[in-house]
Amino acid sequence: MKTIYILWLRQIKRYLRSKSRIFGALGQPILFLIALGYGLGPVFQKAGEGNYLQFLAPGIIGMSIIFTSVFSGIELIWDRQFGFLKETMVAPVSRFNIMLGRTIGGATVATFQGIIVFLISLIAGFRPTNFFLIFPAILVMFLIALLFTAIGTAIATQLEDMQGFQLIVNFLIMPVFFLSGAIFPLNNESPKVLVTIARFNPLSYGIDAMRSFLINTSHFGMLLNISVLLSTALFFILLGSYLFSKIEA
Amino acid sequence: MNIIQVKNLTKKFDDFTAVDNISFEVKKGEIFAFLGPNGAGKSTTIKMLTTLLRQDSGEIMLNDHNTLLDSDAVRCSFGIVFQDPSLDDELTAYENMEFHGILYDLPKKIRRERIAELLKFVELSDRKNSLVKEFSGGMKRRLEIARGLLHHPKVLFLDEPTIGLDPQTRNHMWNYLQELNKKEGTTIFLTTHYMEEADRIAKRIVIIDHGKIVAAGTSQELKNQTQTNSLEDAFLALTGKTIREESGSGIDNLRSMRKMWGKK
Repeated sequence: MKTIYILWLRQIKRYLRSKSRIFGALGQPILFLIALGYGLGPVFQKAGEGNYLQFLAPGIIGMSIIFTSVFSGIELIWDRQFGFLKETMVAPVSRFNIMLGRTIGGATVATFQGIIVFLISLIAGFRPTNFFLIFPAILVMFLIALLFTAIGTAIATQLEDMQGFQLIVNFLIMPVFFLSGAIFPLNNESPKVLVTIARFNPLSYGIDAMRSFLINTSHFGMLLNISVLLSTALFFILLGSYLFSKIEA
Repeated sequence: MNIIQVKNLTKKFDDFTAVDNISFEVKKGEIFAFLGPNGAGKSTTIKMLTTLLRQDSGEIMLNDHNTLLDSDAVRCSFGIVFQDPSLDDELTAYENMEFHGILYDLPKKIRRERIAELLKFVELSDRKNSLVKEFSGGMKRRLEIARGLLHHPKVLFLDEPTIGLDPQTRNHMWNYLQELNKKEGTTIFLTTHYMEEADRIAKRIVIIDHGKIVAAGTSQELKNQTQTNSLEDAFLALTGKTIREESGSGIDNLRSMRKMWGKK
């Protein structure tokens, strides 16, 4: 337990100390909120779909979470290349606990980031329907963060260095975000192909769960959302720790 | 009494045999130097000794524990100062120590006492709350040594510990380590490319080349064996004068990436 705690604490401290990372990661979501939220808002409204900013904000929160959490997972490569990982690997603690501590730490950091983007979206004009449902929404953020930190860690165990980094951004994070229903609705009028792809994307369920808490609309239903999130997160944590236990420094 | 016993150790990477059926032992309480040119198999051997890598065949006993079967007991028995820094730059000196103490499950009171004592010893007490990234190379090394000793290991591995250190720091460090060796009986297992250092510090020396042990004995024995006057000449006589190459890593690329992401 103490091992998990100290690894978690380390992630938090590193996050709080790198101000450039906190602010740097906010640029993109703000841009999306303004350009898409305000830019496409009138068109969305005319199409009879309601307020686009209301619809978009949970999607953008989801985006900031997956970026931050995949990067937290990928940070493992830095720890490996810059030696710190060896310090944990020669210690008499189980690999599973190391992986778990890191993952929970990374997920906590990504959840913070999600909350910050949530606050920014409030300034932009986003209004949750029920103030008290913000708390379960934060839990959903944490689940999304857990899932994608575990995915990031699993990928990081397979990479030697950061060469593959751009590949991950372009072929994992971007598609997962754009093909998730974060920026467009998954309803009967949407192209079937897109809806089908989104159905196989765990982020779709995360964003849908946030929407049902924050703006009281849901495509998949809460039960399905939470079960998909929980089971995929569990799967990738187990996969990640298996792969992590196999790496040799 | 042997603190480390290595028997018929072999490690292959694909077709390349990095460590080829080596056997040696280190006696309890001795200062032992493990020398060899780049790519000779030193680092691979150390990784196997410290449970970071699994051997293909052979057996290692460290403090009477088998490295494969009882790795946690082995891990509690040694401390290590790696060739490359392994501190967390974004944490303070104290936090790095605290992190180590918790990983090794030291009770709070003992942990606090020892951290204070060790930081004082390596003369970093007044900088304990500074971030490690503000430290010079020598200060980082001293901190790593302090950290490696925090859990009172029976064996301390030092993998090229004096690289990039000025003579003052080097001298201070070896004085301390020799004193520790005398007072606590801590076995010291070191690698270095500075032959005069090995000559001065080590009681016994093993030289490895191309994955095989080419010589073992005291510095004097090695000189006698090769009919040379210095350990450096003995080393060259045993391992030849060809310059060795080691495969590079992506670390240089990473350094530039890291800068790009706003970390120093």
